[in-house]
Amino acid sequence: MGIVSNLRLAAAATGLIAATMFVSTTAFGAGDVKDPDSQDWHFEGIFGTVDRAAAQRGLQVYLEVCSSCHGLKQVAYRNLTDLGFNEEEVKAIAAEFDVVDGPNDEGEMFDRSAIPSDKFVGPFPNNAAAQAANNGALPPDLSLQVKAHIGGPDYIYALLTGYTEAPADVEVPAGANYNPYFRGSLIAMAQPLWPDGVTYSDGTEATIDQMAWDVVNFMQWAAAPEMEERKKMGFKVVLFLIILSAILYAAKRKMWSNLDH
Amino acid sequence: MSAGTNQTGGTNSGLVKWIDSRLPVFSYLQKEYAEYQSPRNFNWFWNFGAILTFLLVMMIMSGIFLAMQYQPNTALAFDSVERIMRDVNFGWLLRYLHQNGATFFFIAIYIHMFRGMYYGSYKAPRELLWMLGVVILLLAMATAFMGYVLPWGQMSFWGATVITNLFSAVPLVGDSIVTLLWGGFSIDNPTLNRFFALHYLFPFLIFGVVVLHVIALHVSGSNNPLGVDPKGPQDTVSFHPYYTMKDSVGLAVFVTIMAAFVFFAPDFFGEPENYLEAAPLNTPAHIVPEWYFLPFFAILRSVDFDILFIEAKLGGVIAMFGAIFVLFVLPWLDKSPVRSAKFRPVYKWFFWIFLIDCVLLGYVGGKPTDAPVFGGVESFQIIHLGYITTFWYFAHFLIVLPLLGIFERPKPVPKSISEAVLGGGSSGAAATAKPMEKA
Repeated sequence: MGIVSNLRLAAAATGLIAATMFVSTTAFGAGDVKDPDSQDWHFEGIFGTVDRAAAQRGLQVYLEVCSSCHGLKQVAYRNLTDLGFNEEEVKAIAAEFDVVDGPNDEGEMFDRSAIPSDKFVGPFPNNAAAQAANNGALPPDLSLQVKAHIGGPDYIYALLTGYTEAPADVEVPAGANYNPYFRGSLIAMAQPLWPDGVTYSDGTEATIDQMAWDVVNFMQWAAAPEMEERKKMGFKVVLFLIILSAILYAAKRKMWSNLDH
Repeated sequence: MSAGTNQTGGTNSGLVKWIDSRLPVFSYLQKEYAEYQSPRNFNWFWNFGAILTFLLVMMIMSGIFLAMQYQPNTALAFDSVERIMRDVNFGWLLRYLHQNGATFFFIAIYIHMFRGMYYGSYKAPRELLWMLGVVILLLAMATAFMGYVLPWGQMSFWGATVITNLFSAVPLVGDSIVTLLWGGFSIDNPTLNRFFALHYLFPFLIFGVVVLHVIALHVSGSNNPLGVDPKGPQDTVSFHPYYTMKDSVGLAVFVTIMAAFVFFAPDFFGEPENYLEAAPLNTPAHIVPEWYFLPFFAILRSVDFDILFIEAKLGGVIAMFGAIFVLFVLPWLDKSPVRSAKFRPVYKWFFWIFLIDCVLLGYVGGKPTDAPVFGGVESFQIIHLGYITTFWYFAHFLIVLPLLGIFERPKPVPKSISEAVLGGGSSGAAATAKPMEKA
């Protein structure tokens, strides 16, 4: 408790500093970050939909690569039916994970296999455990990463495919990795994707670009699972409103024609 | 209007008459919203009162349903919003309507206010009407600020940290005010709880002030693009059906634009980092408020120097609140007897300069202070543009407007609305007006 309140005091102090030091708060110059290239995503545009084949492959990349460090806590296994998995497949995916449930009639907590209604089981029981396992860096939850960055999908794709040798003038300390698309260029995450890091069941070749592409499609769906329903409804609503506006305008003209102008 | 049945909208319903003779709601509506005589020459900028009324109701309705699902607890708030987005039936629609509704409320309120400034709607006898409008703006800002904290994202938390800390600049009682706002010694669960309670309360206060705003409007009557008072029935039409019809058109177009954002680009106006849960130990590189606060935020930051015994921080806070309070006294700063900028050749220019100044302030508020302006030369930084635009904001009200009242020569103002609208200025105005068919 003492530590917690100390941390809160520290947070409040940080806030005070942030509030009073606006004038000098710009830690990062514009030249530090490389702008991601714009990609042609299937989900873009007012008629854009989820590329289910890509998103299914992306799930595989998430489960086999990303999920060793990153959680996906806002998404439930049952949501995977959106991507075209049937209920048996969803049950099978969920059953690979254990969750703590309880207490049972004896008052004991117990482990059981996850079921479709459970949220994705994360790799760590809490943030402190995650940081302890990652040199103090906290791997962010991936549920909303696409929405949490400007140009989210392009940024994440660029980040995953953008690991290169550091230029001679950049010193990369131990535990850091060079990535020009990351703010400050030094990222705690080591390059996660390598050729043939996963074996796709549909025969797609698992290049770095392909896996990054697929996992971004998956993460986009995970961040905005309502997207297809939203755009479909939006098309009808906006079309209705345009017609309504036109009719109301015509009625207004007719009504006002009774008056002199 | 003839007496009798027409007072209740021409109904013959016995029940309506029975109620109306005991509680005259029907005759009130008939008088204030149907027969209410409005100048016949409103342009489309006169739609925004109706649009704002609609938006206020929409915000209250969507907000009530969101409150049924939202959890005002720091451990649950962020996830409860995501649950609304994912698992609540049409929760994403409610949430995106509410989130974008705030943005479009401010778009409409700013257009409404600039309309008032251009056409001199704040001048006698409408000073109180204008001041009540400024009260609504202040309340709307407080409501929006507290509402933005509720999802408990990174910008919620750090925005709240920055803004609440401003009050610590108040001499003597500053720290006590901050403690009171926080409900403790840091932004935490008590802060979230009280912001939620107040965020639910304030829209109803706004509603109350809107009622006063409308009462004041109906006492003095609406201004119009000419700024000339109606002289008789040839200058006016009844509010219903003419302006209910015209307002419906404007509202439908406005809602169409809003819907396009809600459904196709719902996060366009939002700050991406607010999709990261609040982390009190992890300060974002660049804390920015929502776009509608940016001009005021720019004024706050632009006072980064001590003025005599006033420290920079307090000076910034005074300037920021001063930027709103100067609006309260606007009716007395603008001394020109002519209302509409149509007949004020010099003021017209200064109006547009002021509008551009406000847009530039918004740009300044959204950028780091040491960035070059528009990516140009290093020596001309955002903070410098901030000094200029902040100075001009106040100079417009405190120097330009009082001087224009003395030195500007207004163009001749038409004798009446019907003369300007119908007669082209040459023929007798009243003579050319046909008898009203519906009024």
